[in-house]
Amino acid sequence: MKLVQRLVPWILLAIALFILPAILDDFRLNLFGRYFALAITALAIDLIWGYTGLLSLGQGIFFSLGGYAVAMNLMLNTKSEAGGNGIPKFFENYGVEQLPFFWQPFWSPTFTLIALWLIPAIVAGLVGYLIFRNRIKGVYFSIITQAALMVFYHFFNGQQKLINGTNGLKTSTTELFGMLVGSPDMQLWLYRLTVVLLPVAYLICRYFTSGRFGDALIAIRDDEQRLRFTGFNPVPFKTIVFLVAGALCGVSGALYTVQTGIVSPQFMSISNSIEMVIWVAVGGRGTLVGPIIGATLVNYLRSLVSEALPELWLFVQGALFIFVVVLMPDGIYGWFKNGGFRTLLAAFGIAPKARTYPKLDENATALEELS
Amino acid sequence: MELFFSQILDGLSIGSVLLLAATGLSIVFGLMGVINLAHGELMMLGAYVTFVVQSLFKPMGGVIFELYFPVALVLSFIVTALVGVLLERTLIRQLYGRPLETLLATWGVSLILIQLVRSISSAMLMGILIAVALGFLGTRLLRLKIGDKPFFPYLYGVTWAIAGVIGLVSVNALSAIRPLASAWFGPRNIDVTAPKWLQGSWGKIGGIELPGIRIFIILLSIVLLLAMVWFLTKSAWGLRIRAVTQNRQMSNCLGIPTDRVDSITFGIGSGLAGVAGCAITLLGSVGPNLGAAYIVSCFMVIVLGGVGNLLGTILASLILGIIQSVVGSGSLLIVFPNLPPAAKGVVEFFATTSMSLVLVFIFIIAFLQFRPNGMFPQKGRSVEA
Repeated sequence: MKLVQRLVPWILLAIALFILPAILDDFRLNLFGRYFALAITALAIDLIWGYTGLLSLGQGIFFSLGGYAVAMNLMLNTKSEAGGNGIPKFFENYGVEQLPFFWQPFWSPTFTLIALWLIPAIVAGLVGYLIFRNRIKGVYFSIITQAALMVFYHFFNGQQKLINGTNGLKTSTTELFGMLVGSPDMQLWLYRLTVVLLPVAYLICRYFTSGRFGDALIAIRDDEQRLRFTGFNPVPFKTIVFLVAGALCGVSGALYTVQTGIVSPQFMSISNSIEMVIWVAVGGRGTLVGPIIGATLVNYLRSLVSEALPELWLFVQGALFIFVVVLMPDGIYGWFKNGGFRTLLAAFGIAPKARTYPKLDENATALEELS
Repeated sequence: MELFFSQILDGLSIGSVLLLAATGLSIVFGLMGVINLAHGELMMLGAYVTFVVQSLFKPMGGVIFELYFPVALVLSFIVTALVGVLLERTLIRQLYGRPLETLLATWGVSLILIQLVRSISSAMLMGILIAVALGFLGTRLLRLKIGDKPFFPYLYGVTWAIAGVIGLVSVNALSAIRPLASAWFGPRNIDVTAPKWLQGSWGKIGGIELPGIRIFIILLSIVLLLAMVWFLTKSAWGLRIRAVTQNRQMSNCLGIPTDRVDSITFGIGSGLAGVAGCAITLLGSVGPNLGAAYIVSCFMVIVLGGVGNLLGTILASLILGIIQSVVGSGSLLIVFPNLPPAAKGVVEFFATTSMSLVLVFIFIIAFLQFRPNGMFPQKGRSVEA
């Protein structure tokens, strides 16, 4: 049993790496690549919400920052995208002659690889520190992160001359290693990269949730006041975990962007960021397997429903929010883990009911036999 | 200078709408610790009620049509208040003491409301009624037959799911009939014609035109606010609401029906949102996504003003409204034409609607660094809990 349990993750990884590419067509495989990229975001949200109790409605910021970092680098390094001055073509539409200064470092791929997680991490660290320092928590934290999201959304949406505004940056027509990013071969490699990075993200989250640091996070979630009274300062813990989550979201956003082929301010819309939370809630918060299951399942469901009946999706999503919150607060994984399935079987009389004191029952029958 | 004042007037009227919406949100938040993300969608419902009333009055024409707006105001209050009470009774009550979960659940409600308004048609309404009727009948029957069995809750859920699927199928079947299938409102924006007595100017003060719509909205919010203050401070239920806001358990012990207080407060808060939605129809065309545009601003009003504090809500919403309108229109440049070039650049940078929002949010986050609990923080021991 132990051995089987240990083998499960490796089997899953092997399925994702070798079997899925063999049985799915390019389009479906690309979709699964996106789901797995989003699963990294779900892990990050689980880290701050499931473990630390901070419901952030602004993870879209970090997600998009990662996406924009990659997109800017790809734009700059693609010859076909370059206009007259050697800068991306879209600038011409707005009469911009010179590359804005913050684009300059993105010429370098090395810088971009670091920036796509470091910039979101720095932003998250700053925002987090400013919020946590003032002991803003609970619902207040949620709506302030949402406001921060709106700041970034309106900034990226309104600044055509700097970042192409509403249109976003298209990556599918750019080139990487001499290959078109949108081409099936490149997408296959990106899929493999995502599949490899997802377990890495999982391990990072496991590192942060185990041991003393993880205990502190759970203490913050369950009773921050008491943790403070015992002499801990929760601010650094919260800031660090928010920062790590921001970095993970950045990576996830970068992977998602190159697989969807575009990054736009829509990634930072309010609804997108709240949707990310529901993946975690459906999968099971406070566990690290749950978010991966949740993100994959919910997004798969989304693809299915939107292909069949696009109008229905918002209804389904809304119902999902209500259903999970009211009836299944532990999510799918938590439901199984807490014996929900066994209770269901027991209710229909298929499995025996759990007996709390089997010894007592035995004694009773023994007594009966005696008398 | 006149332009500047008319911008301030614009700001005041936007602020008044925000005030109406935020007051409801703030009272509910103070009372139950619940943030209602569907509040913006309740505003949207209010706007659509106004549209329906207007469409019903239109054929009558003449003087009667001119009177549709007061009727719409009252009806939008009643309809959204009823929706709010329903929401509280069925959903929010289940989640008492779990504010973050309530946030998510109400977001689900808002998604459903948005799509409902977009795609509701006669066929869909019939389908929903069929599903609800079947669900109620089926579960009632189940409860009679096997209400005491351990698997009853699961079958209860399954019954509702089956009723839902039957409803969905019947919507599809009914949509085959042409006249039933067409959507009532559709995803596009709708326009409400303001009655004649609101259009145009209501006179001049010192050479400044007083646009009727703006003044009306400002007056409306003042009247409603005074009514709200009277209700909270002078009426019996207001007293109970304030008692429960201060200490829920103690009020419960003293025999105050806290669940009814919750329902009533939620209903009133939702009703105010409906009235705000009704007022928005005067400012421009409205669509299913109306809520999202206002909801974040409403939250900011609460954050800035402090929870459950009317004075803070008033000040914060007016400040936000005025900043948004004055900065966003760029009229600062006209008022101060002799700014140094650097400052001019900054003002121009923020002189669009979306960039003025950016400025407002930055301002709020900076403000919270000095006053983390808003302008007028709650006092007392219950604050930290």
